[in-house]
Amino acid sequence: MEIQRKVKYEEELDRQFLDLIKNMSGCDDIDRCIQCGTCSSSCPMAVYMDYPPRKIIAMIKNGFRDEALRSFTIWLCPSCYTCQVRCPANIKITDVMYALKRVAIEKGVYPTRFAIPILDREMSKIIATNGRNSELWLILRLYLKSRKPLGLLKMAPLGLKLMKTGRMSLKKESIKNKKQLRTLLKALKEGA
Amino acid sequence: MNGYIYYPGCSLKGNSKHYEESILPVFKEVGLPLEELEDWNCCGATAYFSVDDGMAAAICGRNLSLAEKAEKDIVAPCAGCYLTLKKSNKFLIGGSEKAEKILAALEKAGLNYTGKVDVKHPLEVLTQDEMLDKIRARVTRPLKGLRVACYYGCQLVRPYTDFDDPDYPTSLDRLMAATGAVPVDFSGKTRCCGGSLTGTIEEVGLRLNYILLKEAKRKGADVISTICPLCQFNLEILQDKMVKKYKEDVRMPVLYFSQLLGLAMGLAKEDLGFSRSIIDLKPMWEKIG
Repeated sequence: MEIQRKVKYEEELDRQFLDLIKNMSGCDDIDRCIQCGTCSSSCPMAVYMDYPPRKIIAMIKNGFRDEALRSFTIWLCPSCYTCQVRCPANIKITDVMYALKRVAIEKGVYPTRFAIPILDREMSKIIATNGRNSELWLILRLYLKSRKPLGLLKMAPLGLKLMKTGRMSLKKESIKNKKQLRTLLKALKEGA
Repeated sequence: MNGYIYYPGCSLKGNSKHYEESILPVFKEVGLPLEELEDWNCCGATAYFSVDDGMAAAICGRNLSLAEKAEKDIVAPCAGCYLTLKKSNKFLIGGSEKAEKILAALEKAGLNYTGKVDVKHPLEVLTQDEMLDKIRARVTRPLKGLRVACYYGCQLVRPYTDFDDPDYPTSLDRLMAATGAVPVDFSGKTRCCGGSLTGTIEEVGLRLNYILLKEAKRKGADVISTICPLCQFNLEILQDKMVKKYKEDVRMPVLYFSQLLGLAMGLAKEDLGFSRSIIDLKPMWEKIG
């Protein structure tokens, strides 16, 4: 067994990380956290997380940038907002999780081949291009990109049931005015 | 705004066709026929906010602007669409620098938005006092004795909703009681189904939904009544796998509240999408006759 230092030295922390996150949408109240743990005890996903939400907030406040950004926690958050409505300090914890997801995607440090960030990116791409999501095509892209083609086979019996009840379509959905959508997204990118 | 316009989102045109097939006739029956928002685009759900929140609010802004042009408030039956549109609406009219930029981009695309549109869920519209009275008067086929677990899920009641409680909502229970059914005291009513996790980490989705079904069963429910396409899908499609894994028969029908409501109001059951159920509905039909 290799013995490793478990405690971080001051110089390894990113003291600017709190400011970066605080300036993102919905995150301005983050330093009001009193570490009460209401969020962690309310979270239906906490049992699966590597760091429960309370720890993630503490990590942001204290500059543990890499731990927070590389955590599974942020991707396991299903946006149920239970922590957010119960937080006695009114911190928008779900929005903080969203902010961390965006930084992790931007810096490319999310767990690779992990299905959740892939789903988020693929769905956003489909919508930005066509204006509408197509369920079947999203699932196909998800399995291809996460390189789990076998998973698709396992899904086949369910797919058949959905086909039989008319709940799955092969059609690629799209809005009519795609040009308008392109203009909108382009204008936004250029800072309007 | 004067009246409502219908925003289906991807689910009601996809795996939740039976939600659309039941909600539209119900609204017609209570005197609020709904037209579909012309050329609507997807709301982006939780996915777009995880990638780019500016773009996410902008694409919702397109829908809001189209509704404003039609001079109608939006009715969004999917809880995900409801939350996402409501969240973006709040952000866009909030006056921040970022919001102003998005509004300017919308304008460049010919989509002015001045913030007049309200976003509502069908449950909110149907449970206003006068509407509930109207529904009670129209119940011709009461669902007598049917024990219903009312499942609200997460995104309808949190965090922006002002018509019900975020932890212990009761509007759906009142509506189901109006149909003659018996709402059970379902402690899982706002516990999350895991959303898209069922598709990404099945293990986790399986457990979350098993907890919900087990609790509904324990309270003696015959069916679960849902208001959200993703909840309906998650609770329904994994039942066989749960029986195998947890060696416990937690199977039960998971129906849209609008299907049960339409049935009670005397609409033909063939027209309410019951044939799209994957779970056997025979025990339920036997019970309500």
